[in-house]
Amino acid sequence: MTPGLWEHWLLPGIWITVQLTVYGALFAGVVAFALGLARTSRLRIVRFLAACYVEIFRGTSALVLMFWLFFVMPLAFRIALLPMWAAVLALGLTYGAYGSEIVRGAIGAVAPAQREAAVALSFTPWQRLRRVVLPQAVPEMIPPFTNLLIELLKATSLVSAVSVADITFAAQLSRLATGESLQIYGIVLVLYFVLAFLLTRLMRLLERRAKASLGQLPPPRTPLTRRLSATREARRATDLTAPGGAR
Amino acid sequence: MTWDWSVAWDFLPQLLDGLLITLEATALGSVLSFTLGLVWAAALRSPTRLVRWPVAGVVEFVRNTPLLVQLFFFYYVLPDWGLQFSALATGVIALGLHYSTYTAEVYRAGIDAVPHGQWEAAVALSMSRPRTWFAVILPQAIRRVVPALGNYVIAMLKDSPLLALIGVVDMLQEARAEGASSFQYIEPYTMVGIAFIVIAYPASLLLRALERRLGH
Repeated sequence: MTPGLWEHWLLPGIWITVQLTVYGALFAGVVAFALGLARTSRLRIVRFLAACYVEIFRGTSALVLMFWLFFVMPLAFRIALLPMWAAVLALGLTYGAYGSEIVRGAIGAVAPAQREAAVALSFTPWQRLRRVVLPQAVPEMIPPFTNLLIELLKATSLVSAVSVADITFAAQLSRLATGESLQIYGIVLVLYFVLAFLLTRLMRLLERRAKASLGQLPPPRTPLTRRLSATREARRATDLTAPGGAR
Repeated sequence: MTWDWSVAWDFLPQLLDGLLITLEATALGSVLSFTLGLVWAAALRSPTRLVRWPVAGVVEFVRNTPLLVQLFFFYYVLPDWGLQFSALATGVIALGLHYSTYTAEVYRAGIDAVPHGQWEAAVALSMSRPRTWFAVILPQAIRRVVPALGNYVIAMLKDSPLLALIGVVDMLQEARAEGASSFQYIEPYTMVGIAFIVIAYPASLLLRALERRLGH
């Protein structure tokens, strides 16, 4: 591959992919927490609306949503987003819906006695959430969030379809320019793998710190990338796509 | 917002044509991923590291890289190696391979959940290794993992529009073609989005029912 392609397309492409992952993850995190908390609300209507959102956005395909935001929004609602933001919006809305299930699960897994103790100490609902429930729930969320984050990283490649110049887009240009498909796509696959590896390590550090703050042991050493505990993986599959409602 | 029912009506036949391809890709991809996943799962339980480590490496690599790039890899590289496939076949191969790395984990969970006594009983009855696998372990393991596998079928359905990007004429590609030829974007894309929800939601309800029946 010629140096020009590296300088002008691939390296900026890596930066765009990183940006997309970070913005997408932040937006998805906000959506996930908002929805996850809404689904534990006492109000039936709030729970119902949140569940509807989750079903709709988990039901549709991220790529179709991206095209919809890119082509239909400007025509139908006269809102034209920059391709980059349409992409972040699509990724955040979709992965936020998946993440809300993780948030809801982790909050539900906090021992009821903890909540009752907080009530007995007359904490306000906000204090209860902030001081008692979340500090215990968040460390539990980190491993499934790591998996979701890798899925998000992989999904950022879809933005090349709406002509955002990420790694995949750079690869397509390079292929057209040089025709060395094997070399280019090989390098790009390795690039994504390295990014995924770095992300996992980063999340592992976070998990270690979060667990330590609760006085729990750090997670055991594990292979190269994500820890895919077999049972958890099977469960995760169920959690991600099975519809919510009564659980 | 100007929804034009006549445009929607005109697009319906194309949508159904695309739906057929989408379902075909999903079904074939599922079959491939179920088979390959089982192969990976069995290889990962092999007694020699020479098999276990390379397989684990490949599985990990495929799982942590984007399906879209793998799709392009197969679409542009395989012909260089003299392997000519149609776009749909390439898409099915990529989809099946990608998801096989997930189903491998599901199978592993299922196999691990078979009580150890079952293996020992098979040894005590001096069953051969293939017979132990096919007559004792797999029937029990697969029963447990059917709902989890089903969830990956839904995931595959939702990833199948990626095939449009290598030119497979699925639902999304029909919408793109319609948009390119008639400048009608609103109805086709919205209908495709709704079609996915309409298929995926009942399917996931069905899986939950199945999961409850199998007693998880």
